[in-house]
Amino acid sequence: MQQIPASLLTLIAGVLITLVSLWVGQHHNLLPEQASQQAPLVDNFFSIMVTIGTALFLIVQGAILIFTIAFRQRKGDETDGEPIEGNFALEIVWTAIPSIIVIGLGIYSVDVYQQMGGFAPVGSHAMISHSHHQSAIAAPLIAQADNKAPDLPTYGLQTNSAGDTKPADVIVNVAAMQYAWLFNYTNPEITAGELHVPIGKEVQLNITGQDVIHSFWVPQFRLKQDALPGLKNELRFVATKLGTYPIVCAELCGSYHGSMRSQVVVETQEAYDQWLKDSQIAQANPPVVVALNPVERSDSEFLAPYAKEIGIIATDLAPLQAHP
Amino acid sequence: MTQADEKQQIAIDATMQSSEHQAWKWYQYFTFNTDHKVIGIQYLVTAFFFYLIGGLMAVAVRMELATPDPDLLDPSLYNAFMTNHGTIMIFLWIVPSAIGGFGNFLIPLMVGARDMAFPKLNAIAFWLNPLAGGLLLLSFLFGGSQSGWTAYPPLSQVTAPIAQSIWILMIALVGTSSILGSLNFVVTILWMKVPSMRWDQLPLFCWAILATSVLALLSTPVLTIGLVLLLFDINFGTSFYKPDAGGNVVLYQHLFWFYSHPAVYLMILPIFGIMSEVIPVHARKPIFGYKAIAYSSLAICLVGLFVWVHHMFTSGTPGWMRMFFTISTLLVAVPTGVKIFGWVATLWAGKIRYTSAMLFAIGLLSMFVMGGLGGVTLGTAPFDLHVHDTYYVVGHFHYVLFGGSVFGIYSGIYHWFPKMTGKLLNEPLGRVHFGLTFIGTHLTFLPMHYLGLQGMPRRVAMYDPQFQSVNQLCTIGAFILGASVIPFTINIVWSWIKGVPAGDNPWNALTLEWTTSSPPLIENWEELPVVTHSPYEYGRDRIKADSVATQAG
Amino acid sequence: MQGSIDVTQSAVSHHEAHPDLRTIGLLTFLISESLMFGALFATYLYLKGSAAQWLPEGTEVELLVPSINTIILISSSFVIHKGDTAIKKNDVKGLRLWYGVTALMGAIFLGGQIYEYLSLGYGLTTNIFANCFYMMTGFHGLHVLIGLLLILGVIWRSRREGHYSKSKHTGVEMAEIYWHFVDVIWIILFTLVYILTAF
Repeated sequence: MQQIPASLLTLIAGVLITLVSLWVGQHHNLLPEQASQQAPLVDNFFSIMVTIGTALFLIVQGAILIFTIAFRQRKGDETDGEPIEGNFALEIVWTAIPSIIVIGLGIYSVDVYQQMGGFAPVGSHAMISHSHHQSAIAAPLIAQADNKAPDLPTYGLQTNSAGDTKPADVIVNVAAMQYAWLFNYTNPEITAGELHVPIGKEVQLNITGQDVIHSFWVPQFRLKQDALPGLKNELRFVATKLGTYPIVCAELCGSYHGSMRSQVVVETQEAYDQWLKDSQIAQANPPVVVALNPVERSDSEFLAPYAKEIGIIATDLAPLQAHP
Repeated sequence: MTQADEKQQIAIDATMQSSEHQAWKWYQYFTFNTDHKVIGIQYLVTAFFFYLIGGLMAVAVRMELATPDPDLLDPSLYNAFMTNHGTIMIFLWIVPSAIGGFGNFLIPLMVGARDMAFPKLNAIAFWLNPLAGGLLLLSFLFGGSQSGWTAYPPLSQVTAPIAQSIWILMIALVGTSSILGSLNFVVTILWMKVPSMRWDQLPLFCWAILATSVLALLSTPVLTIGLVLLLFDINFGTSFYKPDAGGNVVLYQHLFWFYSHPAVYLMILPIFGIMSEVIPVHARKPIFGYKAIAYSSLAICLVGLFVWVHHMFTSGTPGWMRMFFTISTLLVAVPTGVKIFGWVATLWAGKIRYTSAMLFAIGLLSMFVMGGLGGVTLGTAPFDLHVHDTYYVVGHFHYVLFGGSVFGIYSGIYHWFPKMTGKLLNEPLGRVHFGLTFIGTHLTFLPMHYLGLQGMPRRVAMYDPQFQSVNQLCTIGAFILGASVIPFTINIVWSWIKGVPAGDNPWNALTLEWTTSSPPLIENWEELPVVTHSPYEYGRDRIKADSVATQAG
Repeated sequence: MQGSIDVTQSAVSHHEAHPDLRTIGLLTFLISESLMFGALFATYLYLKGSAAQWLPEGTEVELLVPSINTIILISSSFVIHKGDTAIKKNDVKGLRLWYGVTALMGAIFLGGQIYEYLSLGYGLTTNIFANCFYMMTGFHGLHVLIGLLLILGVIWRSRREGHYSKSKHTGVEMAEIYWHFVDVIWIILFTLVYILTAF
């Protein structure tokens, strides 16, 4: 029986590798659900990289495996291998092809980043000025965030790739601190411990850190920007899927970095408006101040009326309480 | 000659004449010894000791991570272990063994010199390392530094300040050691090569160490400043990184990463050099593409100085900067690819021996491809926004640092242990070591990519319970890796004392270190070698390397 | 001239003469050191660039003493070179004279620096400019001190008959190269800190 010609085998291998890589690129299922306008951009980009990576992986690992077995030393053979020192044409090819691939990926990266809003001017949107109705507890912190926010050097991302200076539909100042997230809505004035956004509307977050560096990450949005003290990171996005998604702190911020979580609730415009109203009422009507000596009340008694408005959930407190 | 030189020459002549001084006594390996071979071994043994300590910290971390709650360790202690695991592995294991260990032992031998250019400086550079390591362990009395090996302010300004300050001093010491060592390598390679060796006959390991040393000289001082400013912020009331007083936290990140990105090339370039030496010998084939591999080391050195902002894509960096550094990061992958393809092509038409050295080298090839592909994805800003600071990154860098650097160090030890000690290592035990390490590495670090993509951040003692089952897989893998050092350590100790004598050239290799005894004479050779061929000329009807004849008449 | 061990023992080789390895080692080290100062300069420019107002309130830059210091330091580079020229003509006395004058000028520079520190009215921790000012001039001053000690070391060693000669003066050269380095760094520092802020 005749040997199958090497070139035919190589062609078949090439076709198989291409097909497998394309399939893996489309069906890898490695990423969570998509809930923002930017998520599909990132995922498609990633899938292309997975395709290319799979192909390269199969080719190189395949070569390593085949060569290691095919060219093993046979028993008793003490002779050397072939004195091949190089092959200029081959070396050019395997330098040129990766160069083309990486340049291609580079150009594609710039394109994706631009579509994600990475080049639109940040800090150019009119911050709607706000009055000073603020929750008693969070007032000093919010004041800090507010006063600093407009003056800080600004970085970040926004969805609007055309550089449109139309202000976002919802603007929230996000303050990160050990180990909680505070969301200060500008219109109307609300402070909350979790982020609510209406689906399909442009949301702008102005993220800063209060004490150490934190990082605001929603895996389902594929978006992350650091919360830096002394700087403002703008993040604009449009949420495209109803649901509740985790907000994960993604920069080491201390012993309880892993517990620093909140959530973003993507809801209908009506539900969002209702939530705003409820929160406003709760903040506008604080409990009547009676001249009680607070020293006589325990911490939980004192804080009880405020805890619900700030959006603090008992599970968030557990790790803080565990640590003396 | 200066007086110092004269004294040294007299000492050498005396040594050469007395027959019992052809080798160092065992206790002389524990002293301030200026012989580059002793220093090299001192580096390797000390570094291995710290590898075990750093490894124990990793096991503690993985044990905690087997469950989602912080139920094993106090979270501050967890952060201290996590921080110092990284710090030790980088500064007290990989850098000292790859550069200080292999570099010092091999460079003079490979270029045909009797020692490095500045032997006393060399010894000083070594002894800074155990001192630094001792300091780091001392810092645990003050809680240990807990802000990650990256030590970002403001967290590092306010967490365990005394331990953090000790940590900074420790880095300053190893940084100084690194600079002094690099100085020695640059001068030795460029000016002390034996005259009969042409530049295109210089072994690739030497090119690798040259590129590494240049990189270290240019980047380490910037880290020094970044950390000195942090030290002053913590202890002397300055505000370089305090935004409330005019400082800037992103400044630290620039200063830190300007060094720390090249640092990863410091940890892999010497390893690539080892690969270029081991593979031709154990495949009995010339290295494929000598010039390309030499040039690619220099290219990585150069381009590698301009990619650091890819660690800061989510930080305070403008869009244009993120794009520039995306492109530069993608470009630096090309010279590395050239090397990988060159080594794979070296295997083609070879006569491959499955020695432990070769198994680890081939394992490295395989692991590095995976780590490198992951790295390319991380270098693109749009995708990095999702995976930055997640377990995807942890998976990536452990593939290139463990699957890359550590595999390479193991390969180098199996290859040169006979030359260093005069004894052969036990091969079957080496294969067991390889098998455990290979499986352990994949099991521990492959699932981490999935964890990061799905939403698990890094540097956490507690995590979302949905990630528990995958974390348990990683923990099992970590235990396998922990176990894998046992056959290796037994092999080293047993073989050093009672191993089969190796002879001058057990692998029939062609570089100059194999032309002298095992272990080499203190002065390396009685008469300096004369080079008549390239170090990779396998396949030209030579069965025994010693027929090449490199002794002068 | 060899730095350490003589490599030329091979009977057949034609050993190329090369400069003393110790001088090359020093030059390599100074390249590294210049990156250290480079990081300090970059820090200064970064903080200056991101500050709303530079110089911040409460700090001013005095020009008289530093300018005199600059003239002294730059001149001292010429002086030390005369010492190097002297030893190249086997003139040990000349070496000692000119290196002595350089040491004096270096000491005056350091004295001027200390005087400036004492009379400035702001300390290390006053504000961000002060932080930068003291770190940069302090690091530089430390290097001047080391250079001064090297020069004094050369003078000390030159007391021994024949230690330095026309053909053997590596230590002299190394001290001179180091001193020139210190001078160049000062010129850059002076420009950044004093000239850029005063005008």
